[in-house]
Amino acid sequence: MPNNSAKKLNGTNALQNLFRNQIFIPLAALLLLALFNLIMDPSFFGISFGYNSLGNPVLSGSLITILDNGSELAILAIGMTLVTAASGGQDISVGAAIAIAGSTLLRVLCGTNSRPDTLQAPIIVAFLISCVVAMLFGAFNGVLVAYFKIPPMVATLILYTAGRSIAAWINNNELPIISEPSFGYFGSFIPGIPIPTPFFIAVICMIVITLVMKFTNIKLFVQSVGINDSSSRLNGLNPELIKIMSFVILGLCVAVVGLIKVSRISSINYSVIAKDIEMDAILAVALGGNALSGGKFNMAASILGAYVIQFLTTTLYKYNVQSDALPAYKAAVVIILVVVSSPVVREKFSKIWKNLKAKEVG
Amino acid sequence: MKKKLLSVVLSTAMIAAVLTGCGGGDDSAATSAPADTTADTTAEAPADTTAEAPADTTAEAPADTAASGELIKVGIINNDPSESGYRTANVNDLQNMFTEENDYDADFAYSLKNDEQITAAQKFIQDGVDYLLLSAADTAGWDSVLQDAQDAGVRVILFDRTIDADESLYEASIISDMDQEGQTAVDWLAGQNLDAYNIIHIQGVMGSAAQQGRSGALQAAAEEKGWNIVAEQTAEWNAEKAQQIVQSVIDSGKEFNVIYAENDDMAKGAVAALDNANISHGVDGDVIIMGFDTNTWALEELKAGNWNYDGQCNPFQASYIDEIIKTLESGGTLDQKVIIMDEKGFDAETITDDDIANYGI
Amino acid sequence: MKDESVLEMRGIDKSFPGVHALQGVDFTLRKGEIHALMGENGAGKSTLIKVLTGVYSKDEGKIYLEGNDKAVEIRSPQDAQRLGISTVYQEITLCPNLSVAENMYIGRTENMLLNWKKINSDTDKILKSLDIPAKPTQQLGSCSIAVQQMIAIARAVDMECRVLILDEPTSSLDEQEVAKLFKLMRDLKAKGVGIIFVTHFLDQVYEVCDRITVMRDGKLVGEYAIKDLPRVQLVSKMLGKELDDMADIHGEQTAYDKGADMAPVLEAEGLVSDAGIKPFDFHINKGEVNGFTGLLGSGRSECVRTIFGADRVTGGKVKMNGKPVKISKPIDAMRNGIGYLPEDRKIDGIVGDLSVRDNIILAQQVLKGFFKPFSKAEANKIADEYIKLLSIKTASSDTPIKSLSGGNQQKVILARWLFTHPEYLILDEPTRGIDVGTKIDIQKLVLKLASEGMSVTFISSELDEMLRTCSRLIVMRDRKVVGELSGDDLNQSKVMSTIAGGDK
Repeated sequence: MPNNSAKKLNGTNALQNLFRNQIFIPLAALLLLALFNLIMDPSFFGISFGYNSLGNPVLSGSLITILDNGSELAILAIGMTLVTAASGGQDISVGAAIAIAGSTLLRVLCGTNSRPDTLQAPIIVAFLISCVVAMLFGAFNGVLVAYFKIPPMVATLILYTAGRSIAAWINNNELPIISEPSFGYFGSFIPGIPIPTPFFIAVICMIVITLVMKFTNIKLFVQSVGINDSSSRLNGLNPELIKIMSFVILGLCVAVVGLIKVSRISSINYSVIAKDIEMDAILAVALGGNALSGGKFNMAASILGAYVIQFLTTTLYKYNVQSDALPAYKAAVVIILVVVSSPVVREKFSKIWKNLKAKEVG
Repeated sequence: MKKKLLSVVLSTAMIAAVLTGCGGGDDSAATSAPADTTADTTAEAPADTTAEAPADTTAEAPADTAASGELIKVGIINNDPSESGYRTANVNDLQNMFTEENDYDADFAYSLKNDEQITAAQKFIQDGVDYLLLSAADTAGWDSVLQDAQDAGVRVILFDRTIDADESLYEASIISDMDQEGQTAVDWLAGQNLDAYNIIHIQGVMGSAAQQGRSGALQAAAEEKGWNIVAEQTAEWNAEKAQQIVQSVIDSGKEFNVIYAENDDMAKGAVAALDNANISHGVDGDVIIMGFDTNTWALEELKAGNWNYDGQCNPFQASYIDEIIKTLESGGTLDQKVIIMDEKGFDAETITDDDIANYGI
Repeated sequence: MKDESVLEMRGIDKSFPGVHALQGVDFTLRKGEIHALMGENGAGKSTLIKVLTGVYSKDEGKIYLEGNDKAVEIRSPQDAQRLGISTVYQEITLCPNLSVAENMYIGRTENMLLNWKKINSDTDKILKSLDIPAKPTQQLGSCSIAVQQMIAIARAVDMECRVLILDEPTSSLDEQEVAKLFKLMRDLKAKGVGIIFVTHFLDQVYEVCDRITVMRDGKLVGEYAIKDLPRVQLVSKMLGKELDDMADIHGEQTAYDKGADMAPVLEAEGLVSDAGIKPFDFHINKGEVNGFTGLLGSGRSECVRTIFGADRVTGGKVKMNGKPVKISKPIDAMRNGIGYLPEDRKIDGIVGDLSVRDNIILAQQVLKGFFKPFSKAEANKIADEYIKLLSIKTASSDTPIKSLSGGNQQKVILARWLFTHPEYLILDEPTRGIDVGTKIDIQKLVLKLASEGMSVTFISSELDEMLRTCSRLIVMRDRKVVGELSGDDLNQSKVMSTIAGGDK
């Protein structure tokens, strides 16, 4: 008998561990969505092979669409997770910052002529310049948050309101259009590779952040500052610097997403590009089970959360749900998440769980 | 923190209706404009530029000044040029027309916010402009300031957008007819005599005048003629969203042969999705592409045969306004208060380079 | 109920889970007196005040007010206010962006229609009568802190309070402001208001109070007229050591040999920070254990925080092993081989959600640098080593530190600093709020470290511990260093008389 009960204990422990693991939340959401689609229409999972109009091989299907469009969000989720963890708040200016980064990119590529026949600068140069610009704006947000102690949402409200005008100003309100086909590769397919490029870019970002987390102390320091600012300082950390760093890293993510976004249409619309993407990025962090009040974080869960959101979006599109109703669905998801993860509800759940176990034993 | 996030998410959901496409409109178009996220960096501009206006120019003097060859003072209140490509073209058009060479002394004020526009209007009236040209951000709230203008002898001409105020308060109103734009496009589509009509309808921001006019015509025709709307979704004037919507239709394997996008950006996004799936489009293609706003690049796509149709939303009101002012200055009267501008639809097979030069924005 | 008293509390009892905060406490406040309520940390004075103001409900006991034969029930702060009990806290709880008059009357009337003219003139009268230098229409935020405090008091007085509680009103005031406040208190006293004055400043108690009630460990120690209780007596009552049994108990004290190794590790001169302490000199030798002592709020923590650079250092010179160094922030101190275990474990010490392992390696990891993380295996090894060394009771090194008991949390923080192998370790209240066994462990460890050559500064509220471990004590009073004791002077009576200061 003791053997038996020990086994049972192990079983429940494993289950409990899974429940406790942060990644359980986005994983469960993903499975739920997948199950829904499987029941409603299994063809959702179909992937077909074909050629696009340029004659390049491409894979297509809903899953590919999710990988394609979810990747932008996944990249942003990396930066947003760090900002959330370090500052205990969120950056709501990423959409506007993407407009700025994209506009800078196009400005460098186009030079003074908004419709150049040839690129005025190599794409890599333009991209690096847009990175610098986006990181500077990130640092601006970071300084407001770290040194002026402005709550992140309020601090980033400044760029949120002004960013798109700045983006338009960078290009003198003109509409640059790039005719060079290779510029389009970043937002679609590289000739000969049938998987959407944004997914590769996201994978590169994931590898980079994994390596950074392995070979530097970023995770320990960011978490420690987010959990206890004062104690971190007494342990020799500079909490202000760490917070600014997290915003600068988000700036870098913004520049990468900006490249993908403008590459998709080889142009830009200042007022609508990446509109409301900040909410999706924040939602990805929340869906990853990370406390929006900062502290401990799980990067993998955030990234998975980003793809889950795209999964949800694509599913809703498929069933022809009016896309202007999407934010309402997402808001509903946030409400559920926030309520479920609140200490009050968690305590209640753990009590119920304990009671059940007590009954089982009794 | 969590509470904060919630409130932001919810409020974002609520203010989702934002006007960004072709900015013309008569009713609800303007009401959503203040919610736009683009900040207005030029709102302060009028304060600086009007400061040097001579204080002795009185409002009663327009006839004299014109007769003596002096400049006609106009104050122009418009929406922010970064609002959209349409607005940029509109602003450029006005700036090119109201110059000293054309005997105008013009001051410009840009804002997407009604209250800032009203402040600018009061400033112009105080400065004693002869004409106040107005594209209002919001339809409401203009009565008292227009009454002030009338009392001060300032003549008001509305352009692009009309307002909820008594007709006696302004001289003329120059607007686009969105219903007509839609109708022109739908008539063109009917004229294609397709065997079947399977349409993906990509809408602008719901509730904007442009969306209502362009959607209305298509929906009526679909009902009347039995056209099949495969998908009808708003992409909120956004190219990427349009791409996703079309992509999801392709992924679900539904048949379609027409994409009716309510602006050029969304048509472009739709085409990107088609290209990825190697679905041919445009002249001799499998799918007919329709867009609006006659952006220059869109007309070039048309000329290249990648698209089939592009409907105009005319941002060039300056010449109309000029004509009206000239008529009034010479003591003439206007035949009608509301002037609806000519708006064309372009077909890929008939469009010329001249059309692109003349009508592209 | 005696005639002259305005407030009597009898047999007040209050328990919280795990703590018996008030055990049958009596308290009497007479008409027109200023009554000091004294006690060290955890004595129960703030609990008593909260019971009186309706923040907590008492478990047992009775409260009588002047003119009422029946005991009153105070269930909420509103009740207290209605009964004429007003409190002015250390932090101003008024609205700085409203005018003085608005602050005087806000929330006091249910009448929606206010006659501002009358309110302003009424306010003016009150301000004049109490000699408060402010105008009714002035914005509150533009007044000095002292004046704001006085206005808060004026508001309380105007609400016909009979009992006025002043909770640490002087901690953020300078000397002249304190003098003004005391004048106001005396004026009120003359008008028959009973004032309860809570403060850490002994000098102020003797300057302004008529009577003292001393509490310790949730119990009443006694009530005394000020003239009957010399300072040293007061200190001994607060600390719970009778002067009589102050026989020397420093037998266990480390035999620090002055001749052996006199090389100073750290020398500081005129050190001062923005935390409100007077400049002080300090030094510690190799292998020495010294300590800062003084009552709560005397500035002992602020001194060590200044040494470590935890507060903003505004002046002074520091030498480390004879070489001048600049310590303006914690990392500077750490690089110079200083470790600091802070007084408030929860706020300044632990990083609650992080694991025991991460908490142990944190400081050393910061020293090592951003690009040189310990590998997971290394970190685990280090953590296990220290868990064993300090016998930290934890499920594993992965357990979040916040789920450990207070004593074990403290050991983790200790492990964190030991792992940095400091030359000089500052321990501020390492034994507070932890069980007796752990307290002794920590004291033993301190002595062991010192014998191995580490210099340690040890601070504790418990004098016994200090006498047992330290070979030199720096005594503080009212944010100043007032003495330094070593050798034969290290006994309770000498320490307490130095803490008390003034004339006996």
